Amino acid sequence: MIGKVIDVTVDNVVGEVMKMKNDGHRLVTFSTYQEGEDGLGILYHFDKELETTHLRMTVKRDAPIPSVSGVYFAALLVENEIRDQWDVKFDGLVLDFNRSLYLDPEVTQVPLVSNVKIEPKK
Amino acid sequence: MATTVIPFGPQHPVLPEPVHLTLKVEDEIVKEAIPALGYVHRGLEKLADIRDYHQMIQVCERVCGICSMIHAVCYSQAIEELMGVEVPKRAQVLRVIWSELHRTHSHLLWLGLFADAFGFESLFMQFWKIRERIMDINEATTGSRVIVSVNVIGGVRADLSPEQIRWILSEVDIVEKEVRALQDTIMNDYTVKARTVGVGVLSKENAYLLGAAGPTLRGSGVAQDMRMLGYGGYSEIDFEPVVETSGDCWARSTVRFRETLQSMDLVRQAIAKLPEGELAAKVKGNPPEGEVYTRVEQPRGECVYYIKGNGTKHLDRLRIRTPTFANIPPLLAMLPGCELADVPVIVLSIDPCISCTER
Repeated sequence: MIGKVIDVTVDNVVGEVMKMKNDGHRLVTFSTYQEGEDGLGILYHFDKELETTHLRMTVKRDAPIPSVSGVYFAALLVENEIRDQWDVKFDGLVLDFNRSLYLDPEVTQVPLVSNVKIEPKK
Repeated sequence: MATTVIPFGPQHPVLPEPVHLTLKVEDEIVKEAIPALGYVHRGLEKLADIRDYHQMIQVCERVCGICSMIHAVCYSQAIEELMGVEVPKRAQVLRVIWSELHRTHSHLLWLGLFADAFGFESLFMQFWKIRERIMDINEATTGSRVIVSVNVIGGVRADLSPEQIRWILSEVDIVEKEVRALQDTIMNDYTVKARTVGVGVLSKENAYLLGAAGPTLRGSGVAQDMRMLGYGGYSEIDFEPVVETSGDCWARSTVRFRETLQSMDLVRQAIAKLPEGELAAKVKGNPPEGEVYTRVEQPRGECVYYIKGNGTKHLDRLRIRTPTFANIPPLLAMLPGCELADVPVIVLSIDPCISCTER
């Protein structure tokens, strides 16, 4: 019900996103969802002439995720949002708000993961 | 030359939205802009954990008051697709009528605010005076002026009587006439053009690559509007996107002005094609396991909902991408090179809604 989906991994996601860009796709946004206990599913949504294509990647939340903000600058906000909401890190993020895009420094609960605490900022 | 750092917002005399920009300025010319958000983040997506899928309509309507109708349409469409619910044709066309009325009052509100941003107070008052007619229609047909709350999963909960339809058509004629009377001023007046033409230019290539949405995208010459997908009742009516090519504040303003007139035509078309029939399909059970990705066109642009069902009355995930979220990276590309005095006008030209953006 979401259309064409291409599976990618942390090893090839940046290359695949670059291919989408070279093919004339517009990055719409990413969506995320919990995958098992410690996993995170990411769907990268692209549009070309109103046709949607998605790249799907599953990652562990404790491992860094390659940033695609170097390919699409527009990815910087959504990657920072995911960083806030899931307490994950992106490698190569062009502007890293360090988990403060939405969250106040005193926040100790990861918003979208149950029972996972984070250290408040000093 | 020395660089001065100027904090802009979150409180600003002409900008009603709480966004902060750190502006690096050399001799009154902006060299770089860095945004900061987080002043109105409410965590609404998380509420899907504790509100059932029917209650989430009311939550989605409150993502943004001005776009409330179309948020509810987008969410309802996603749930209806996941559950395989067929929405009656009358309900689909009624959704179009209220959506276009929403677009009209949103654009009129913005046109007034935009005029206010460059000091044209009488133009601001004229646009807001016209807008009152649309608010009156909302109030008379739904009971509320802004958050109309007519959507339910499977259709709508309100109908239009023949008398109300006749009244709406007469009001739409008046709104169109009054808006047209302001066309020459908003598009050709010397002072308006002095503040908008050539200001905050976003090229067609940049608009597309930076993921711009709505009038910000179409003002740069990209003919893309989610209503072209023909979702819901839009499959019943003729629609062509409004496009301007100069990519500046004038173009974004003109797209919204022309879309206001277009929405009046779409309301007339929808009313002419309003079929008899039920208002809502019966919905039983819970959304099954599965995922749906839906897009609609809000006044500010493309809005995206992604939902993931798990077979219970609560969704596994509700993800909302609003148009202003998409328009912030393009805004960062518009600002370098502009004069400091033009920053409020350029920021307003994307019609920012930070309540939407942060959810």
